[in-house]
Amino acid sequence: MAELTYLQAISDGLRTEMRRDKRVFVIGEDVGVYGGAFKVTLGFQEEFGHWRVIDAPLAETAIVGACTGAAIMGMRPVAEMQFADFISCAWDQLVTVAAKQRWRAGTAVPIVVRLPSGGGFSGGPFHSQNPESSFAHVPGLKCVCPATPEDAKGLLISAIEDPNPVLYFEHKHLYRRIKAEVPEERYTVPIGKARTHQEGDDVTVVTWGAMVYTAEEAAKQLDDVSVEIVDLRTVMPWDKAAVLESVRKTSKVLVLHEDTRTGGFGAEIAATIAEDAFEDLDAPVKRIAAPDTPVPFSPPLEKAFIPQVEDVAAGLRELAEY
Amino acid sequence: MAIAREAEPVGSLREVREAGLDRDDLLQVYRNMILTRGIEERGHILYRQGKIPGSFYTGRGNEAAAVGVATAMGPDDVGTPLHRDMGVHVTRGIEPWRIFAQYMGRVDGPTRGRDGNVHMADSNLGLIAMVSHLPAMLPVAVGAALAFRIREEKRAAVAWFGEGASARGDCHEGMTLAGVRKLPVVFVCDNNQWAYSTPTHLEFATEHVADRAEAYGFEGIVVDGTDVLAVYREAKRAIEKARSGGGPTLIESVTLRMEGHAVHDDAFYVPKQMFEEWAKADPIERFRSWLRENANMTDEEEDEIASEVKRTLTDALKRADESPLPEPSQLTEGVYASPEDLDTPHHK
Repeated sequence: MAELTYLQAISDGLRTEMRRDKRVFVIGEDVGVYGGAFKVTLGFQEEFGHWRVIDAPLAETAIVGACTGAAIMGMRPVAEMQFADFISCAWDQLVTVAAKQRWRAGTAVPIVVRLPSGGGFSGGPFHSQNPESSFAHVPGLKCVCPATPEDAKGLLISAIEDPNPVLYFEHKHLYRRIKAEVPEERYTVPIGKARTHQEGDDVTVVTWGAMVYTAEEAAKQLDDVSVEIVDLRTVMPWDKAAVLESVRKTSKVLVLHEDTRTGGFGAEIAATIAEDAFEDLDAPVKRIAAPDTPVPFSPPLEKAFIPQVEDVAAGLRELAEY
Repeated sequence: MAIAREAEPVGSLREVREAGLDRDDLLQVYRNMILTRGIEERGHILYRQGKIPGSFYTGRGNEAAAVGVATAMGPDDVGTPLHRDMGVHVTRGIEPWRIFAQYMGRVDGPTRGRDGNVHMADSNLGLIAMVSHLPAMLPVAVGAALAFRIREEKRAAVAWFGEGASARGDCHEGMTLAGVRKLPVVFVCDNNQWAYSTPTHLEFATEHVADRAEAYGFEGIVVDGTDVLAVYREAKRAIEKARSGGGPTLIESVTLRMEGHAVHDDAFYVPKQMFEEWAKADPIERFRSWLRENANMTDEEEDEIASEVKRTLTDALKRADESPLPEPSQLTEGVYASPEDLDTPHHK
């Protein structure tokens, strides 16, 4: 075991697959000589050559579309969006072509699109978004959102192995802030399985990505409330069984995400709990999410946008006292 | 002023032989063009009989362009044909009954009733199924070419698009990536002069769509899309150039869409004179005359081809009509692929 940052774990997973499987290649803006805007592929071009670490023109539609074509021809492409926000430029290729090809034409499209997402550093409206719910809504796409270095590596390997288009949301705020032991060998983390980040008895928090740590900090502030944190890890397909099991145990749920509130994936989780575990609830399901605005730039505004530890602590307190 | 090269028509049988087609091949090309038109004419009848749900699209007038390019492709080349390119499916060898099954939403259509009209492809024939958003398949074909380049395989991808679709960003992005990386892809623009009701001068400001090729760093060629042999020769050169590392080519094949955008559209906006003029250059009639003058096609040969096509179509309609409708209970199956789905000729 080596201690790796979240970012190093992503690199490690990608490098592991590229060494093992010649079909895997990387394409994106500045991924080659520069090593990617966040340096995930630093040194890759030296090791794998410029036909497996491809510096693409500034053309997200071409990048994702080319991945689809190459995947259908037997490759295992991994595209990097410089920021998750730019995936909007490739929406058509993902949603119209890649997502529907298996269902309507029987053609599997095994691609991975890496999406550096999330805010917390004044990235503003176009470098901070968490668009996972938009894609989770599209039948045929999978969305993974690892929170720990171990999951970052294992889920990336699973995503590359998966025969479907997988959107891999990597939270930028975790890149160098989160460090943990990561197995050196190759391993996978199953897509669609949640992880209990911490066990508790009184309130469940269902969350993913950077909000796992916000929930953890908030839980620490409440000495008298035992909080269970379920890290979803995969937003589509999501682990209903694990969520419902935790709900049945604690009877109180807080659904937390960094994406905006209305139509956010938390709404789906809350609705499912209401449908399938209503009788087990001792309090209404509570949601904490960003307000329905674009992501702001200036620090006080961004602080008001992204759910903060004190917001979550207050929500947990409210639920505990209900 | 035109920048693209304007291709000469093909003259003699000798010239065609040099381009790689013998007399039997030529008769097969003729047969494929007749079968293509026959499928769409029968489809029209099925539509009027109420047997085809939704809308219905044909490529009347584009038979030579589609068959000509597909004839130039090798078995290992791949393509992304569109809704005016039935001739590509026919030339690659799709069984016509499966097209009728597709039209009628039956389980034996290539999409098993999940998608309609020409939104289909048989992956065993090296084709990838189109989507409605044109030209979204261009970057996909570029990606296929990228895979060939990475693996250093001598294969080419052929990407079709219309002159209307040339306005969209996918077209620009796909050609940019293909150009900078010199990928083995041939872009074929079916310029049928009308994007639904919009004429070419409102679609692009250059004289030809192919004039753009130079800006992407490769050759542009304009060819008469009613001349199957000229289309074939240009496509063959471009595909061979792509396979041997010479990079992409943009071939613009000029025709007239001889019917409306789809069956509901009577194309009132197309000047009558334009239809009359282009009717004189009907690709099938043109090639028939050529075959009689240059390859001594006999009455017997012509009749034999016509009756074989007729039999094929009659049998195909019967067989398609016996194909069942899809089961609603299977609607949600296969939204996600399983590992076995990667066991196809494409993915290998």
